Amino acid sequence: MTQFIKICQLTDLIENAGIPALMGQTPIALFYVKGQVFALDNFDPIGEASVMSRGIIGSIKGELVVASPLYKQHFNLQTGVCVEQPDVSIAVYAVELRGADSDEADDTSEVWVKLP
Amino acid sequence: MKTKVNLVVIGNGMVGHAFLEKLVKSANFNDFNVVVFGEEKRVAYDRVYLSAYFSGKTAQDLCLVADGFYEQHGIDIRLNQKVTAIDNQAKTVTTQPGLVQSYDVLVMATGSYPFLPPIAGNDREACLVYRTIEDLEAIDAAAKTSQSGVVIGGGLLGLEAAKALKDLGLHTHVVEFAPRLMPVQLDEGGAAMLKRKIGQLGVDIHTSKATQRIEDGEHARHRLVFSDGEQLETDLILFSAGIRPRDELAKQAGLVVGSRGGIVIDDHCKTSDPHIYAIGECALHQGIIYGLVAPGYVMAQSVVDQLNHKPAFFSGADMSTKLKLMGVDVASIGDPHGNDESAKSFIYENGPQEIYKKLVVSPDGKKLLGAVLVGDTEDYGNLLQIKLNDMDLPEHPDDLILPSRSGAKVGFGPDALPLSVQLCSCYDVSKGNIIEAIEAGATCLADIKASTQACTGCGGCTQLVTSVVNFELEKRGVEVSKNICEHFAYSRQELYHLVQVNGYKTFDALLHAHGEGEGCDICKPAVGSILGSIWNAYALDKHNIPLQDTNDRYLGNMQKNGTYSVIPRVPGGEITPQKLIVLGEVAKDYGLYTKINGGQRIVLFGAQLSNLPTIWQRLIAGGFESGQAYAKALRTVKSCVGSTWCRYGIDDSVGLAIEIEDRYKGVRSPHKMKMGVSGCTRECAEAQAKDFGVIATENGWNLFVCGNGGMKPRHADLFAVDLDRATLIKYIDRLVMFYIQTADRLQRTATWLDNMEGGIDYLRQVIIEDSLGICEQLEAQMQALVDSYECDWKRVVDDPEKTRLFYNFVNADQPDPNQVYVRERGQLRPANAQERLESIALELV
Ligand code: SRM
Ligand SMILES: Cc1cc2nc3c(=O)[nH]c(=O)nc-3n(C[C@H](O)[C@H](O)[C@H](O)COP(=O)(O)OP(=O)(O)OC[C@H]3O[C@@H](n4cnc5c(N)ncnc54)[C@H](O)[C@@H]3O)c2cc1C
Ligand code: SF4
Ligand code: FES
Repeated sequence: MTQFIKICQLTDLIENAGIPALMGQTPIALFYVKGQVFALDNFDPIGEASVMSRGIIGSIKGELVVASPLYKQHFNLQTGVCVEQPDVSIAVYAVELRGADSDEADDTSEVWVKLP
Repeated sequence: MKTKVNLVVIGNGMVGHAFLEKLVKSANFNDFNVVVFGEEKRVAYDRVYLSAYFSGKTAQDLCLVADGFYEQHGIDIRLNQKVTAIDNQAKTVTTQPGLVQSYDVLVMATGSYPFLPPIAGNDREACLVYRTIEDLEAIDAAAKTSQSGVVIGGGLLGLEAAKALKDLGLHTHVVEFAPRLMPVQLDEGGAAMLKRKIGQLGVDIHTSKATQRIEDGEHARHRLVFSDGEQLETDLILFSAGIRPRDELAKQAGLVVGSRGGIVIDDHCKTSDPHIYAIGECALHQGIIYGLVAPGYVMAQSVVDQLNHKPAFFSGADMSTKLKLMGVDVASIGDPHGNDESAKSFIYENGPQEIYKKLVVSPDGKKLLGAVLVGDTEDYGNLLQIKLNDMDLPEHPDDLILPSRSGAKVGFGPDALPLSVQLCSCYDVSKGNIIEAIEAGATCLADIKASTQACTGCGGCTQLVTSVVNFELEKRGVEVSKNICEHFAYSRQELYHLVQVNGYKTFDALLHAHGEGEGCDICKPAVGSILGSIWNAYALDKHNIPLQDTNDRYLGNMQKNGTYSVIPRVPGGEITPQKLIVLGEVAKDYGLYTKINGGQRIVLFGAQLSNLPTIWQRLIAGGFESGQAYAKALRTVKSCVGSTWCRYGIDDSVGLAIEIEDRYKGVRSPHKMKMGVSGCTRECAEAQAKDFGVIATENGWNLFVCGNGGMKPRHADLFAVDLDRATLIKYIDRLVMFYIQTADRLQRTATWLDNMEGGIDYLRQVIIEDSLGICEQLEAQMQALVDSYECDWKRVVDDPEKTRLFYNFVNADQPDPNQVYVRERGQLRPANAQERLESIALELV
């Protein structure tokens, strides 16, 4: 059965940047952009190291992307697909913000990620 | 259905492969069934750069064939299959394993083999040649048991080979039969200068020496005995005494070959059998074997054209060459010997700077016949165009080689070149081809490279091609876009001014007012750096974090396995024993790999993100501060030991280096900056390879600017002489600040100056004469940056909020499970892919 697990507090995230986290034994990257949280695999399949969380976030023709800090390929934050090499992609996980006391995202919100 | 023509190619070397590349691009490619036989076990590779193998390039790096090229185009390539016979009656070839393949058209591109002079003992152990990757492997192996090496032959290839031996750490000699080096390409004066320069590199040159025999040595493996009775002992011998065309198949098939070898071809590259072509180094055209690739490429193109039913001729090729031999620039154009007795020559020799240049011109002084350049080949492109296009010389031909003290060098701009001129000889691209590509829609150099392949071979033509491309684009009113990326329609310089004039303190404010979209990994770090340069903005302030490249964000350089390096500042390279102990203890406690790096300081590699703050806490307590090795900022100020200890030292280079390093540390700039200070002209600190370099003189300090090591080395230009300390610092303040304000993103000072209109003279006017009236402001800005300096790492260590930003995982305190290590020479290093698979001796930290 697929289920969500709690990773951290929303306040642990840095706006417009990424942070690394562990989902079980899988390193993932959490990005917080325009009020939305994205969770992707932290492992860069091209550079072969767990570093995606350290990439710079940006947009290419309107699509939100993160640039791998190793060799600068861009990955779409929504789909995980690599812009330069569309045959390569990284896993994307669903995220839910669960408020401790309300449904609105606020300082008490928690970041939950759906296990594959 | 039309039946296909069977095309067989023998040889998959440089020219054979170039032929296939050109063929697949041609209109009629689909009419051919192509089978290629190569005797070597690998696909074509770059022989011209063979010696790079010894300075770290791998066989893979040298490969000329794009991944999947043959499969993609349905070319049947059979490697490791030597062709042993041609039957030109039956029109078949037979290969070593006995395969018979029929052909309609046969192309021979069998190249040549190194000539082994008939010297007694030439077959002894460790007597080698230099042509294939296998040869390199043999040399590498023999060098392991050798201390010294001799290259027999002082021509172009011999000197290349000598470089290889030098790179392998052998004491190297070159033995040349003729009285001078490179007898074919150079005249006496040029060769003498070359000999002097190479001699200084520690290679012993012996000219006018005929080797008679090789026998057992007393102190080394071999002894060479020369005809004059002298002897030379050595462990390894490399023959580089010329090449011989591989025409054995042609002979066997009854084709006409030259009396001294070579498959005779006509102006269509056809052999005496009309169904057989020969191209490259195996072919003899009008008595000439071309020992260079470019003529081979022209032959290949002419055969491809004929197969496409286009008229094409090979009417000989130019043998001019420009090379870097053991770091020495050498060029030869046309006939440098002035064999025509009435020819006149001009010679310019600059002893101190070791430059030699010679022009040979026609008796009426109107045409260039030949030229030799040693030590400075900047004039090569210009002179070659004059020669190739038979252009008239200016009134005083020597102006072409004299140094331009006045600034304006006599030259021929891109506009003066005729359409037919060949700009890129590797891919035979003419000015006309470039213009065609522009008319077909190319709008920048990258487009030109993609459509014509110009600049993608040896790269030697890049400058010339760029100037033609830019000129032609501007002529057509195409604005050469300087926009930094899709989010800002501004150059870096314009963004700098927007930030400064409007006082923006954040990226968001700038983006909101002048940009669009979300920004990206190009504009964000650029703006982050600008905010640093103008406001000394701190990378780890919350709104600056998203702008930083990972190195700046974690204040360390990220390594291939995701760990970080730690490089504390060691100003001027001076370090106390106590500080060495601190470094050693920290490295030991955290299991960090330790190395002296290229910047005169010590790096600790392999630190976990979560350990960085405590590592730095200990280093700071031990008296260190951040070395900013992660930042686009001042790296190091290299110094020699100077007058304090050195018997030649004129002034205190260490003291000055430390003063300079302390002054500019932390200042953010468009790219990294390196500086150096030497105590005398022996220049042990290599200050002339730095962005800003200083050398002590009897009367003060000489300042050099815009040098570069690295990818494209550039010697620094002398900017001002005999400065006192205060003036020196004032000039550097102004120079650095002016660079920060006007350079492009990621542009080192060398390219900055090379692209500056008016060049060094203009820079002197701005900085020394204050022609723009900005010097006071530049100095004030620099002083403000100096005054507001704080150590990046101290700020982290002192502030728990910042310390909290360093963790491996937000929700778990454990190292990254993907990191595995191997112990080597007593230290840990990341495991490579193979080792991970085999999981041998892996350690988790
Ligand atoms: C550690 C060191 C090699 C060593 O073990 O000796 C090194 C390592 C790196 N160099 Fe270097 N360079 C090091 C001295 C040099 C030198 C020698 C010097 O400074 O005297 C040069 C040639 C001199 C020059 O720059 O003019 C040098 C020319 C480069 C270049 C080419 C720059 C150029 O303009 O051509 C790059 C690439 C770049 O910057 O774009 C580079 C880039 C790098 C990077 C940052 C590549 C990267 O992104 O991973 C390496 C990571 C550093 C790290 O992990 O800490 N490194 N690098 C040296 C650190 C010196 C220091 O303490 O700051
Ligand atoms: C160290 C070195 C440095 C050089 N530097 C320069 C330089 O700076 N500038 C320059 O212009 N040139 C330089 N050259 C010369 C340049 O490499 C040659 O001009 C070029 O390689 C010639 O190409 P080719 O295809 O004719 O011959 P090759 O590249 O030699 O290719 C011929 C191929 O045919 C194969 N072959 C031969 N006979 C058979 C057979 N019977 N069956 C199957 N296969 C066969 C051979 O094994 C070989 O792989 C240098 C050469 C060397 C060795
Ligand atoms: S540069 Fe001069 S002073 Fe400095 S170490 Fe070399 S010889 Fe001595
Ligand atoms: S001349 Fe070699 S790449 Fe153009």
